[in-house]
Amino acid sequence: MIAELFPKGVLSYAVGGLLIGLGTAVIYLGTGIAAGASTFLESTLSYVSEISRFNRRSYRGSRDWRVVFTLGIVGGAAIYALLFQDGLWVTDVQPWRLFGGGILVGIGTRVGKGCTSGHGICGVGSLADASLVNVATFLAVAVGTAHVVGALGVLP
Amino acid sequence: MPETRHPLFMPLVLLGGLLFGFGLAVSRMSQPEVVLDFLQFEDFGLLFVMGAGALVVGVTIAVATRWERTAPLTGRPYRRRLKDLDSNVVVGGVTFGLGWGLSGICPGAAYASLGIGNYPILWGIAGMFLGAYAQGYWRSRD
Repeated sequence: MIAELFPKGVLSYAVGGLLIGLGTAVIYLGTGIAAGASTFLESTLSYVSEISRFNRRSYRGSRDWRVVFTLGIVGGAAIYALLFQDGLWVTDVQPWRLFGGGILVGIGTRVGKGCTSGHGICGVGSLADASLVNVATFLAVAVGTAHVVGALGVLP
Repeated sequence: MPETRHPLFMPLVLLGGLLFGFGLAVSRMSQPEVVLDFLQFEDFGLLFVMGAGALVVGVTIAVATRWERTAPLTGRPYRRRLKDLDSNVVVGGVTFGLGWGLSGICPGAAYASLGIGNYPILWGIAGMFLGAYAQGYWRSRD
């Protein structure tokens, strides 16, 4: 029964989650900042756009370290790939799903004030009501969406 | 923004990002297929990623906010991550959920996906920037 729920075991998932938490905790303990991954999308747009939303003080003041944080995420995953992966790993999920889903993720995380890391890790870790509501909402909707997409026979 | 930053500020942010991205790759959340398998109830392992991550950060925040101290590199007080609970939190959550369920990607995992060589994820990252731009454009017109 348990093995059916976790066909690939739980160890790599749990260790990965601990490391994600550790990375967030290191930044928090040193700086007091509970960093999320999606603010980067807007703060980086302030480099190229005059739109007032992207040029808020808090975004302009954090845009440089958010670029460094994101490059760190890319680099950390690349280090893993160099050590443990056989060449590039490339998804089979179709580009239109990545692009269309990406647009919705870009809108939704910014309107909703956070994503899987800001709300899901830092906000839930803070037991913040907004984050608990947001995570419950996006999880339920994503489960429903993935089931509908699967039932429509969209593969992969 | 502080006028001058502590010299260790950027190195620490980089270290945190490296750990974060390494962890995403270890957990395989950087692979959209793994997220879609979770959302379709074929493999519940992702619960352990989010659970372990939130637990580590939750304990860290709970302990740090009890210290009568400020963060060494910025002088900021330790606080919980609190946002106002309003309709945007729900509307944004629904929109994000539609996108996550369609594609299996979220921002942090998408950056990590690029790191493991998944170049088609650039479609997803381009979409995220476009979506973030669109909502900023609409909201700045109000």
